[in-house]
Amino acid sequence: MIKNKFTMTLQSRSFNESFVRAAVAAFVLQLDPTLEEISDIKTAVSEAVTNCIVHAYKEKLGNIYITAEIYDDNLLKLKIRDKGCGIENISKAMEPLFTTVGGERAGLGFAVMQSFMDTIKVRSAVGKGTTVYLTKKISQRFNVNG
Amino acid sequence: MSVEINVTGEVVTAYLSGELDHHTAKEMRQAIDAAIELNMPTLVILDFKGITFMDSSGIGLVMGRYRLLQKTGADLHITETPPNIYKVFRLSGIEKLAKLESR
Repeated sequence: MIKNKFTMTLQSRSFNESFVRAAVAAFVLQLDPTLEEISDIKTAVSEAVTNCIVHAYKEKLGNIYITAEIYDDNLLKLKIRDKGCGIENISKAMEPLFTTVGGERAGLGFAVMQSFMDTIKVRSAVGKGTTVYLTKKISQRFNVNG
Repeated sequence: MSVEINVTGEVVTAYLSGELDHHTAKEMRQAIDAAIELNMPTLVILDFKGITFMDSSGIGLVMGRYRLLQKTGADLHITETPPNIYKVFRLSGIEKLAKLESR
């Protein structure tokens, strides 16, 4: 059962990379995560949002749609969606070190998301946009206040 | 985000601080590259002690400096890496290119 949810829409400005990961991290605090879990989530969110800015909209302005949901058993579900160019070959895009833009992008965005979250699912349609679904179960720690 | 450069002999040390992402990487890169170009060091040390957050943009930054230094034959070290940053570096296998030290 869903226990809490927030959604936000932002423009694809690079300044918003830090804003989104800070907002998601603040929302996740209610699950009493460890510092490592917070850091993992922030890093994964940063990768997903950067992908929207660098790849989906290619430095042009568009909207990024974020949804964060908390379910029973400390399960966090994140959805990061854009209406950008879409991905032609998702499995190729997810290969470590593969990048289409060159420059100084490492091509490790999806690898980081895969490694730092429990599950990742990518849906994309060329010309329509991409949605990245991420989940992570936050460890339940003993709470002296019950 | 800030970069402080220290030059001792042929060693350039860049003390990085703040959050390293796609938004801030460009400015850090420009500051580091300017110091490399000016001093032509034999060793470049990137000190991550003050970095509070890093995503794969940081790996891109290190890979880019590695490529630049390959042209001059200089070494690249990454030092004082906090645990959360070290985890991102380990995922990338960057230690094959640069000496990686945790804090």
